[in-house]
Amino acid sequence: MTDNASVSRQVCGNFGNDKGRLMDILIGVQAQAGCIAPEALDEIAKSLSMNRVEVESAATFYAFFSDKMRGRFVIRLCNDVIDQLQGADRVAAAFRAELGIEFGQTTADGLFSLAYTPCIGMSDQAPAVLINDRVVTKVSTDMVREIVQTLRTGKSLEHLKLTLGDGNNSHPLVRAMVNNNLRERGAVVFAPYTPGVALQRALSEQPVEIIKIIKASRLRGRGGAGFPTGMKWEFTRAAPGERKFVVCNADEGEPGTFKDRVILTEAPGLVFEGMTIAGYAVGASEGIVYLRGEYAYLLAYLEDVLAKRRAAGLLGRDILGKAGFKFDIRIQLGAGAYVCGEETALLSSCEGKAGNPKTRPPFPAQKGYLDMPTVINNVETHCAAARIVENGPSWFASMGTKASSGTKVFSVSGDCAQPGVYEIPFGITVQELLARVGATDTIAVQVGGASGRMIGPSEFGRQFCFDQLATGGSVMVFGKGRDPLAIAHGFMDFFVEESCGYCTPCRVGTRLLRERLGRFLEGRAEAADLDYLEKTSKVVKNASRCGLGQTAPNPILSTLQSFRSEYERCIKKNGTVFLPSFDPGKAVAVAAGIAGRASEHFGTKKGGVKA
Amino acid sequence: MANKPKVATCSLAGCFGCHMSLLDIDDRILKLVELVEFDRSPINDIKRIEGRCAIGIIEGGCCTEDNVHVLEHFREHCDVLVSTGDCATMGGIPALRNTIPLRECLEEAYLKGPSVYNPSGRLPGDPEIPLMLDKVYPCHEVVKIDYHLPGCPPSADAIWETLVALLSGKPLSLPYGLIKYD
Repeated sequence: MTDNASVSRQVCGNFGNDKGRLMDILIGVQAQAGCIAPEALDEIAKSLSMNRVEVESAATFYAFFSDKMRGRFVIRLCNDVIDQLQGADRVAAAFRAELGIEFGQTTADGLFSLAYTPCIGMSDQAPAVLINDRVVTKVSTDMVREIVQTLRTGKSLEHLKLTLGDGNNSHPLVRAMVNNNLRERGAVVFAPYTPGVALQRALSEQPVEIIKIIKASRLRGRGGAGFPTGMKWEFTRAAPGERKFVVCNADEGEPGTFKDRVILTEAPGLVFEGMTIAGYAVGASEGIVYLRGEYAYLLAYLEDVLAKRRAAGLLGRDILGKAGFKFDIRIQLGAGAYVCGEETALLSSCEGKAGNPKTRPPFPAQKGYLDMPTVINNVETHCAAARIVENGPSWFASMGTKASSGTKVFSVSGDCAQPGVYEIPFGITVQELLARVGATDTIAVQVGGASGRMIGPSEFGRQFCFDQLATGGSVMVFGKGRDPLAIAHGFMDFFVEESCGYCTPCRVGTRLLRERLGRFLEGRAEAADLDYLEKTSKVVKNASRCGLGQTAPNPILSTLQSFRSEYERCIKKNGTVFLPSFDPGKAVAVAAGIAGRASEHFGTKKGGVKA
Repeated sequence: MANKPKVATCSLAGCFGCHMSLLDIDDRILKLVELVEFDRSPINDIKRIEGRCAIGIIEGGCCTEDNVHVLEHFREHCDVLVSTGDCATMGGIPALRNTIPLRECLEEAYLKGPSVYNPSGRLPGDPEIPLMLDKVYPCHEVVKIDYHLPGCPPSADAIWETLVALLSGKPLSLPYGLIKYD
C-alpha cells in the first residue's frame, strides 16, 4: 500500500501528534489504509517522536491490527465455548466452503478474510460473527451463503439486510442485529432513569460526603473482584496528583459476559452520570470509557449520548451550574485483546501502549492512567454508584445480602430456554436462577466466565454473592450430554490465545495445562497426570504477573474439584511400561516411512503395542 | 555378595559425559563396589540386565527406537529409575532438532548440507541403524521416571550423594553448590 505513509501522517496530525493517542492513531490507520504496514510504523514513529519498536510493540499486540492487507470484509467468527456448542463449527465449515479459503486466509479477489475471535459478547444469540464492525447473530449455514453472495455482488456492508434488534439496537446510530434479551429489570441498573437527578443530588453534597454514602451502601466492584468501591474512591481522592481520572472498564471480554453491552445500549446515561459523580467525589475532571473493539458498533451512539449530555450541562464546565466543577469523558476504543479487561493492562492500552499489565502495587488509585491517581470501575458499578446517590445507601443496602448488597446483572447463556440478561438482587441460588432461565437437566454451570469456576449439581444450592459464587455476570449453563472436560479444554484454548506472553508462568503454563488436560480427552492420561495438573495449576496461579494468569488454571482446578470422576474415568492403562501418552509406533512412523522399512522393535501398529 | 543391590546404567542419546562424571567419584568407586553390584552398564559391557535391579541410572534422552527399547528394558527390570543429566531430564542438545521436521534434518545432514559428499543421493537406511524418532523425548515422556538429577553433567558428588541416599534409604540433601550451574 503506497499511501500507508501519507495516511499515517495525516491520522497522526488529526490527533495532534500525541503519542498518548497511539491506540486511536493505529485504529485510524488500520481503518483507512486497510493495514498497518512497515512504512506506516516508520511514519507514525517519526510523527510522534517515538522509537519505532514502541509503535510496533503496540501495533502487533492487538488482534484487530494487521501488517498485511486483509479482505475488504474481515469475517470474525466467535469460537467461544458457547458458540461452539451452538454450531460455530458448522458455520465455519460453511464459510470455508463458500469462500474457498481457510481461517487466517484472504480470498484472491481481496474481498474476504476469515478469522476466529474469542467471545464477542453475543453468547445469548450464538453463533455470532463480526463482519468488520457489524455484528451478525444466530448465524445459520443458510445465512452464510446469503451473506457471502450479498457482499460478493454488492461489495458493501450496506447491502446486508440485517433484522434490527430490540430497544436501542434499532436506534439510527446503532442499527445492529443485536438483541438485548433483557429478561428482568431490577431496581438499580435498569430502573427508569432521568438524566441529572443523581448528579444534582451529588453536587448538593460535599465530595467527601459522597464517598461516605458509597461506603455506607457497601457497594463492591461489579467486574467480579468485588473490591469495595467507596474505599477505592477514598484512596484516589487522598492520593496526590495534579490530574486525576475516572475510567470505566467496558472491555467486557470475559467469555459469556454481555451485560455491559446491554447496559451501554439501554442505560448509557446512567453510566456517564455515575462516572461524573465519581469525578466529583475524587476530584477528577477527566473520564475515559474503555470500550472493547468488538462493541465499536455502539461508538457513534455513545458519542451522541455524550454530546447531548454536554449540551444539557451534565458534562463540561460548571456542571449543572456548580461553579468550578468540570468533567468530561472520552471514549477509548480497544482493538481485540482480552487482557485489556485487567485494569492495569487497560490503562496501558489507554496510554497508547501494548496492553501489558503493570506491576501492582502501586495500585491505579495511587498511580493509574499517566501515573496519576485513577478510579477504575466496571460499567455496572458506575450505574450502581449513581443510583446510590440518588436513592440513598440504605435503600441499596436493603437489597441483596449483607456482604453483597444491591442487585447484580447476570448474563446467562448456554443450554437454557431464555438466555439473556437478568438483573436480580444478590443472594439468588444457582437452582433458582436455573429455574428462571428455563434450564432443565443441567449438569454443570460455569460461574464467572472462563476465569471463574465450574460447578456441578451438588453446588446448585449455593448463592451468587461475593462470599460464595462470585461472578462478574457470566453464567454459562451446560445441559445433559455436555462434557465438562471438553468445556474446560475450550477455556484453556482461550487462555493460551489471550495470554499476553509477558511472563513465563502464564505463557508456558497455560500451554502445559492444556496439553495435559488434552491427554484425558484423548485417552492418553495416567493417574499421575492428576497430580501434575494440580501442581502446575498452583505454579501458574501463584507465579503469574496479573489476573489473567492467576485465574487461567481455574477451569482445571474447578473441574478437578467438581468433576474428578470424569477425569478418573479417562485414565487409561495400556499394559506396557510406556506412558499412555507415548506411542512408540507413532514416534518411529516418520522414520519408517523415510527408510522404507518397519521398526525393529515397534511395529507401526496403533496404540504402542509391541510388534 | 549375592545380597548386594544391583545397579544398572545406560547411555541413550547422551555423550557419555554423565558416565564420565560417575567415574569422577574417583576412589569412592571402591566403596560403591562394596555397596552394590553392577549389572548392565557400559562400564562392564554387559548388554542385557541379568537380574532385578534396585536402581537404573539413565543418561541421555530418547532419539531412536533403540533408545526407547533400552529404556523400556530398564523400566521393566529396575525398581527405581533416575534420569541423570540434562539430556535424560529435558532432551538436552539432541533435542535442538525438535523444531525441525525429521526429514528436513536428515536431508540437511546427508543430502543438502554444504559439506556433504554423498554420490548415492540416498538417506542412510541400513537395517543395522536404528530408526530415529520423530523428535527427541526426555525419558519421563516415555516411561515413568522416579527421580531427576539435573546438570550437564551432574557433578560426581551429586551422583554419589544420590546413590548413597537411595541405597541407604535416607533423605537426599543436595547442597546448593551441587545443583548450581552458572
